Amino acid sequence: MDSTITLTVDGERRELTVDTRTTLLDALRDRLGVYAPKKGCDHGQCGSCTVLMEDRRVLACLSLAVAHDGARVTTAAGLGDGDELHPVAGAFLDEDAFQCGYCTPGQICSAVGMLSEVASGWLSHVTEDPEGPVEATDAEIRERMSGNLCRCGAYPHIVAAIRRAAP
Amino acid sequence: MNPFTYARPGGAGEAVEAVTADPGACFLAGGTNLVDHLKLGVASPTALVDVRGAVDDTIEESPDGGVRIGAGVTNSDLAAHPVIRRSYPVLSSALLAGASGQLRNMATTGGNLLQRTRCVYFQDVTTPCNKREPGSGCSALEGHGRDNAVLGTSEQCVATHPSDMAVGLLVLDAVVVVLGPSGERRVPLADLHRLPGAEPERDTVLERGELITAVELPAPLAEGRGAYRKVRDRASYAFALVSVAALVHVRGDRITEARIALGGVAHAPWRARRTEAALEGRPLTEAGLRVAAEAELARARPGKDNAFKVPLAVNTCTAVLRDLTGVGS
Ligand SMILES: Cc1cc2nc3c(=O)[nH]c(=O)nc-3n(C[C@H](O)[C@H](O)[C@H](O)COP(=O)(O)OP(=O)(O)OC[C@H]3O[C@@H](n4cnc5c(N)ncnc54)[C@H](O)[C@@H]3O)c2cc1C
Ligand code: SF4
Ligand code: FES
Ligand code: FES
Repeated sequence: MDSTITLTVDGERRELTVDTRTTLLDALRDRLGVYAPKKGCDHGQCGSCTVLMEDRRVLACLSLAVAHDGARVTTAAGLGDGDELHPVAGAFLDEDAFQCGYCTPGQICSAVGMLSEVASGWLSHVTEDPEGPVEATDAEIRERMSGNLCRCGAYPHIVAAIRRAAP
Repeated sequence: MNPFTYARPGGAGEAVEAVTADPGACFLAGGTNLVDHLKLGVASPTALVDVRGAVDDTIEESPDGGVRIGAGVTNSDLAAHPVIRRSYPVLSSALLAGASGQLRNMATTGGNLLQRTRCVYFQDVTTPCNKREPGSGCSALEGHGRDNAVLGTSEQCVATHPSDMAVGLLVLDAVVVVLGPSGERRVPLADLHRLPGAEPERDTVLERGELITAVELPAPLAEGRGAYRKVRDRASYAFALVSVAALVHVRGDRITEARIALGGVAHAPWRARRTEAALEGRPLTEAGLRVAAEAELARARPGKDNAFKVPLAVNTCTAVLRDLTGVGS
């Protein structure tokens, strides 16, 4: 069953007609040609499809496109400012935080969302002092990024890149 | 995936009507469990009724000192809320021990309670499963049984309930507010989830068309101390093998009140009433804490692969109680 929806993707307003069964991930990749979010598992287990929805990190593979009519979606491709890389993306380059790169757009979106969660003072499972300041320590980064898997095992460099990009 | 219609009603009454009127309809919230099930063929509704515009997504303090959590509040907003962090830290901890940052941003309070088991056979439509297809048999009895329940199982089903949040809510004596075709009712969380018995296809006592609109917490236990501890195969992003939520009130050398719940061990989040009874009013000793933990697990009936869960639950429960009471440290 078809439904016509509007999405603002990486700053651009796009209207499209989708079957109600279409996930946001398939709508982005197959319908809108936005290939930054990747399909790893398609079941919410790997994080490679992570995008920002209204600035919060979510999984595009478990989101139905029709359920997000009107949403503002930012993928890794839309994070930068013109030719300027987003600081998190730049830090991934500087720290060599990938090998094949398949998980990278999801890692970067997740890291951007995660750093704003830290800035908002959100606790994590490993926060030792709930009353104290919340900071992006290595232990915090590892815990908060646990929803993003990397089959190449670039984890130490991913942690270093996020630490470098953290304010 | 079967075709389905999609609707987003603006009110709870309308959402209930939509699902009640159509036997093929079901509620959709964050979608983190249901969308997966649509893909796997575990669920094949012909109509999705999105509840996110129909149920409240705010957290309000109530006049009696408690809190009312709208069913649409996301797991991350709930864990981050100042009142929850201050007055119900066991709930924040339980939420933060579950899933990942992305999933917690999507998952809702109502959906988390009603998420279905992660039993691998339930999720694999090519295998027999009494929960998915009543009468077809239970593949988990002879198959991979490491994750199975050890308490309250039946011959028909040995699945566990996967929620961390529900285990935290159980020690807070949470009450679930439900709107159905014949009006509103309140169900104590302790009565929401069923044991499998002869009807494993029914996870909860809710009837078709009943919508969770809110979860209410009574005023926090004065001077109580709480903790949530989860044991899993990985340090993060894995379901619980065993988890323990505990809330205790200690006066002098005695526990005056104890509320303890276990996760990963049963078809429902499991309130450890026998442990509570063995603790309350008794002098605090490390041996006493262990005996109390054992009192609950004495009824455990593990299968061939999951006997380890019994000592794991006893040890985890004892360790949590030791931390909370300071006994033996
Ligand atoms: C990879 C992965 C790892 C995970 N790890 C964990 C973990 O470690 N711990 C944990 O606790 N959870 C974990 N989860 C599960 C996650 O917490 C649940 O999927 C989520 O809480 C479900 O909420 P939702 O809003 O997305 O529900 P949905 O998927 O939208 O709905 C789930 C069910 O509830 C029904 N429903 C939803 N809202 C209502 C309502 N208001 N009233 C009546 N019925 C309703 C739906 O019809 C559906 O049957 C994990 C999930 C994934 C994919
Ligand atoms: S344990 Fe329950 S859910 Fe798992 S296969 Fe058996 S009947 Fe199905
Ligand atoms: S593709 Fe979405 S989590 Fe793996
Ligand atoms: S860089 Fe290859 S999967 Fe992460």
